[in-house]
Amino acid sequence: MTAQLDSTPQLPAAPAGGAIGVPDVVHGASEGDATSQYITFTIGTEEYGVDVMAVREIKAWTESTALPNSPEYVRGVVNLRGHIIPIFDLRCRFGQGLTEPTPTHVIIITTINDRVVGILADTVSDILSIRREDIRPVPMMDRDVDREFLSGLVSVQDRMVALLTLERLFDTKAIPAT
Amino acid sequence: MSELEQFKKTYFEECSDLLSSAETKLISLGEGAAGPDDLNAIFRAVHSIKGGAGAFGFEALVRFAHGFETALDALRNGDLELDRRSHDLVLRGFDMLSDLVRNSRDGTPPDQARAAAIATELDRWRGAAAAPSADPSTALIAAGTAPAGTLRRIVIRFRPTPDLLRKANEPLLLVRELKSLGRLEVIVDRSHLPSLDALDVEAAYLAWTFILETTADDSAVRDVFEFVTDDAQIEFESEIIADAPADPAERRAAGAGSLVPSAANASPTTTPSAAPVERRQGDRRSGERASSIRVDIDRIDRLVNMVGEIVITQAMLSQQVGQLHLDNYTGLAQGLEQMAQHTRELQESVMSIRAQPVKSVFARMPRLVRELATSLGKDVRLEMVGEATEVDKTVIEQLSDPLVHMVRNAIDHGIEMPDARIAKGKPPEGTIILSAEHRSGRIVIEVADDGAGINRERVRQKCIERGLISADQVLDNDEIDNLIFAPGLSTADQVSNISGRGVGMDVVKRNIQELGGRVHIRSTPGQGSCFTLSLPLTLAVLDGMVLRVGADRYVLPLTNIIESLRPQPAAVTSLVNRGDVLMIRGEYVELIYVHGLFSIPDAVTDATRGLVVLVEAEGGEKVGLVVDEILGQQQVVIKSLETNYRQIDGISAATILGDGRVALILDVSGIRQSAQGRRAAIEPNLRLAS
Repeated sequence: MTAQLDSTPQLPAAPAGGAIGVPDVVHGASEGDATSQYITFTIGTEEYGVDVMAVREIKAWTESTALPNSPEYVRGVVNLRGHIIPIFDLRCRFGQGLTEPTPTHVIIITTINDRVVGILADTVSDILSIRREDIRPVPMMDRDVDREFLSGLVSVQDRMVALLTLERLFDTKAIPAT
Repeated sequence: MSELEQFKKTYFEECSDLLSSAETKLISLGEGAAGPDDLNAIFRAVHSIKGGAGAFGFEALVRFAHGFETALDALRNGDLELDRRSHDLVLRGFDMLSDLVRNSRDGTPPDQARAAAIATELDRWRGAAAAPSADPSTALIAAGTAPAGTLRRIVIRFRPTPDLLRKANEPLLLVRELKSLGRLEVIVDRSHLPSLDALDVEAAYLAWTFILETTADDSAVRDVFEFVTDDAQIEFESEIIADAPADPAERRAAGAGSLVPSAANASPTTTPSAAPVERRQGDRRSGERASSIRVDIDRIDRLVNMVGEIVITQAMLSQQVGQLHLDNYTGLAQGLEQMAQHTRELQESVMSIRAQPVKSVFARMPRLVRELATSLGKDVRLEMVGEATEVDKTVIEQLSDPLVHMVRNAIDHGIEMPDARIAKGKPPEGTIILSAEHRSGRIVIEVADDGAGINRERVRQKCIERGLISADQVLDNDEIDNLIFAPGLSTADQVSNISGRGVGMDVVKRNIQELGGRVHIRSTPGQGSCFTLSLPLTLAVLDGMVLRVGADRYVLPLTNIIESLRPQPAAVTSLVNRGDVLMIRGEYVELIYVHGLFSIPDAVTDATRGLVVLVEAEGGEKVGLVVDEILGQQQVVIKSLETNYRQIDGISAATILGDGRVALILDVSGIRQSAQGRRAAIEPNLRLAS
């Protein structure tokens, strides 16, 4: 299954009980808007969100080709219609072990700083419209490493979604050369 | 880009073309290998450059071009002779013109003093010749034109191409000029004129037949059409009607004779082009030059990429189909096979579009050699061979710098001063031979000089000083010679502006290796040296061997592979501090376990159970790569890893195989370095001289 988003995504119907925020603004966050849209996905029991504008498409998991002498969280590369895309294991990036991917896992293809990369996640949940003012700062926790990559937390119904800053997460310059 | 900017851009592109073709003609003129049309073409080139410069207000350029053009006009009219000194002067004039064009293009200040100096020399050269004769007698143009003064009837059939008017040519002016030469009759051909509603006001539709009775000679008449030769079809017929030799046969001969030099000035062919001139130059590609168009490089790149994708898709299809049982679908199988063939042909055609002759890179060498030799007080002759050898554009762009470095090196360190050469019994003029050829699927470029060769003692000494080798290390002559590629090495006693900085050769080598190329030097002390540079023909595709290590597949460039074998247990030994080596035909070859280097699980670890692929790294060292098995051979499209990720040691790029999965392309030199690095990390005292 491959769902391809075009650049002006339509909002799906909000889940019963309502996603947080005022009715839709079709284009993503901009200076004056009060809401941004996020695609949310799960890794284990935790839910994360990324800015919908950064996401190009969502793919089912396919076998990747391993890259030698690379960090553990770099699973390998895949062929996306002729382009070589690296796949990052988000679970591993957060220090929670390697993901064992199955065909139900997903790869979220995103654009980060002019590079196209894929993020391996368990499932995709939703597209949410989130008001700026509802985003809470990330509290001090033991796992300081996470704080760098999170731009904030938001409460959706009774779930907590952590919003990711993709640029910091996969800054390829920072990847140590092994 | 504003319109003016667009015009300027076009102008500079044309200047570049004009200058380079004029330089080629000038050089062959100096070797006596050119024809009279070449002088005209050279003159026209300068005239055109001057015209455009005037339009854009590039004053220094106009001024210099004017003086230069005047001298060239005198030259082509036969008022001036071309000897070695004046040939050199004209060459310098062209260098100056090039520089002035470049100054105008880049907005940098021109070297007024130098321009003035050369202009003065040109004037003096002109003044020294006899006063130009009144009528342009054509000493260099083939004989056969009847002398001026005799009345002749010249019939000129003039059919402009539709673009004639757009190129700012006005036929009326031509008519007036013709009229000034004698009695003119004009017959207009309106047959191509469309109806008013279909008329393109900027296009030329009319054609004319001019019948001119004149006492001027043929070349004067031909000169009238000088600047429209490329934009029109022109036919000349000249016939003497008074003061003629009585014999009609002679008259016909005289008439026919005048057609002989018509090749370039008036092309009686159907394509208005410069084709005949090119043919005379012995240019192998003359047929192709007959018509060409300018295309934006981006468009070609897109085309090449798209065709690369088609190749991949087609491979995928083939693979899928191969897994089906197609007994009932023979048509399908045949169709796919045909498609595979067509795809292959398409790819080859498209790749050949991007293939360019190395001439464009070689073109700037003559000037480089001239300037460098002069500034060092040496006498150097440059010979170029195989300029028509073609290579992909991506490689051409990368060739220039290494070539410049190697030529500079040859002149700076190789060729001796004239006195020193005479003392050695050599001719005072040194020779550098620059050659290009295709050899076993690669392009091989050599820079050979007949100079002093490499001073091995000095190189060895410097390397010891810099700690690159140890004093008691034993190296053979070839290894010492190739030490000049070591970083930070310079045997020049002072760092000269030219190449003494010690940065030259190792940077050259690294850049070449990054392209998948190799560079090597051979030297005979006292007699000379030869740099050999080899590069893949294209950076977009390569022929590779698909290997398996564990569950992973890798591609090894075919050009690196020497052979593959499954060694006998007795042939594999373990050396202390060097790892495993393979004994093959009397030599020991280092074994590198790919699974170990890349941490690949579940691979064959015993070389005698797997396969050893013998490969050649840069500089010719042999290494044995231990893999599980060879899966096959195919041509692959090279895809960059750096675009979305980063470079990985030992991997040069990635590709997509027939099943759509990604495979990594191995970089033999990188693998070798990685392996050495690991050993060095374990054994820091062991220094290797690469």
